[in-house]
Amino acid sequence: MNIVNIIEEIEKVDGEIYERLSPRRSAMKDFYNMGKKVAMAAMPMALGSMFTKAYGQSTPSDVTATLNFALTLEYLEYHFYNHAVVNASAIALSGAALTAITTIRDHEKAHVALLAGALGSAAIPVKAYTDFDYTGKGTFPNVFSDYGTFLAVAQAFEDTGVRAYKGQATVLKGNAVLTTALQIHSVEARHAAHIRYMRAASGVSIKPWISLGPGGSSNDSGVPAADPVYAGENTTSQANINIVGINGNTGITAAAAAECFDEPLAKADVLTIAGLFIK
Amino acid sequence: MKTEPGQELEMLQKENSILTASLHRRSFLQYAGAGAAGIALIAAGCKKDHGNDMPPVNGGVTLDFKDDFGVLNYAYALEQLEAAFYIQVASNPPSGFSAIEKQYFQDIQYHEIAHREFFKNALGAAAIGSLAVDFSTINFTDRSSVLNAAKAFEDLGVAAYNGAGVRIKTDAYLVLAGKIVSVEARHAAYIRDLISPGSFSGPDVVDATTGLDQALTPDKVLAAAGKYIKTKVNVINL
Repeated sequence: MNIVNIIEEIEKVDGEIYERLSPRRSAMKDFYNMGKKVAMAAMPMALGSMFTKAYGQSTPSDVTATLNFALTLEYLEYHFYNHAVVNASAIALSGAALTAITTIRDHEKAHVALLAGALGSAAIPVKAYTDFDYTGKGTFPNVFSDYGTFLAVAQAFEDTGVRAYKGQATVLKGNAVLTTALQIHSVEARHAAHIRYMRAASGVSIKPWISLGPGGSSNDSGVPAADPVYAGENTTSQANINIVGINGNTGITAAAAAECFDEPLAKADVLTIAGLFIK
Repeated sequence: MKTEPGQELEMLQKENSILTASLHRRSFLQYAGAGAAGIALIAAGCKKDHGNDMPPVNGGVTLDFKDDFGVLNYAYALEQLEAAFYIQVASNPPSGFSAIEKQYFQDIQYHEIAHREFFKNALGAAAIGSLAVDFSTINFTDRSSVLNAAKAFEDLGVAAYNGAGVRIKTDAYLVLAGKIVSVEARHAAYIRDLISPGSFSGPDVVDATTGLDQALTPDKVLAAAGKYIKTKVNVINL
């Protein structure tokens, strides 16, 4: 059972968790033993109660806010993919494409369960499919009837998710929850690369990584409405170090320099993007 | 890289003569570093490597995890390894690679070189020396061998950055690690899809129940990467 492994991993990478848990070592041991017995389906909730016990009332309110922010995005993604899987034929989703979207749907569902479990009573109310408008208030009217539009919106969601988690890293700095957030973050990046791969297979000119758009612009998606999703992704300087042609490596063009670092996005900007899809 | 018994002896003698020369530890390390840089260039540029060109590596490099420099040097070490691998692939791709695969492996090569050079510049005088690599287990003429090695490097890189995040104390460095790890995850997903379509986030790396990617501590990562690194990597204050 891998949740037990995760707790072990957190123990290994977060020395502070011992200090946090020291008054409650016996409670931790109880939880650990319980983890081996509890049914798989109940594990995310159990993990949540562990986090609550470990961090309890000392969980900073900004950490809670960040986890709820992440949970909102995961609900947005989960219902999007779930609706697509349930109505696959309407989007002409079948075969390997349907399998991939189902895999992604299942990961987003797991992320929802994990975050909601971790937040416990501090979690935002459960969100349903009907809480969202995936046409983006009419921007993508055929999102669930056109394969290309569906994938374009999926790519925007995944790339936004990657940027959103990255933007919250400093809030979670030094907290065991950071590791969990990073473990979700890289999964969203894997999803993003695969959705881009699927779009390329259907004839769109797109790389698995975020490259430059036309004329060196930041939006490589081919969807002008997605401009806010990619704002700043054409950055070619990191920590005041110019990446283009760095140390005589002339092969590192502006495109390569932009591709090799993904950029974070501030919470407010993410909420503006997500807001288009929330009723 | 295979070495003949005679060559090994020659190496031992070489090392011995260095040790008996009573060099200062510091200058010995400088010597080792220069040799390692040389061999890295040779490994990158020439597939027919020569065992007797091996530098003394018993000094090695030290990753001191007491502060962020240790974590950044750890990342620098991994990026050196990845860059060396992709330079070799991109400069002489397997015949089984398609045109787009050749292009994307060139892209990845430049991404990894950029990461490596970024860390080198960011660390400045605190940077470790160049690592000597050992890719003798990889058949660079075989598409499958190259893809599987690439998958191993990328998945390991993702797990390494994910596991190292909590060690980083400086906001800017944490964000930079985040900027890099998602690119490594994109590489991993692409390469996995080339090996087996749809395996971009397979259950061997992304837990099916939690939806979480791997996170590994530096000791585990270095143990897994060890077979590709000739230079001894010492770890302290982990």
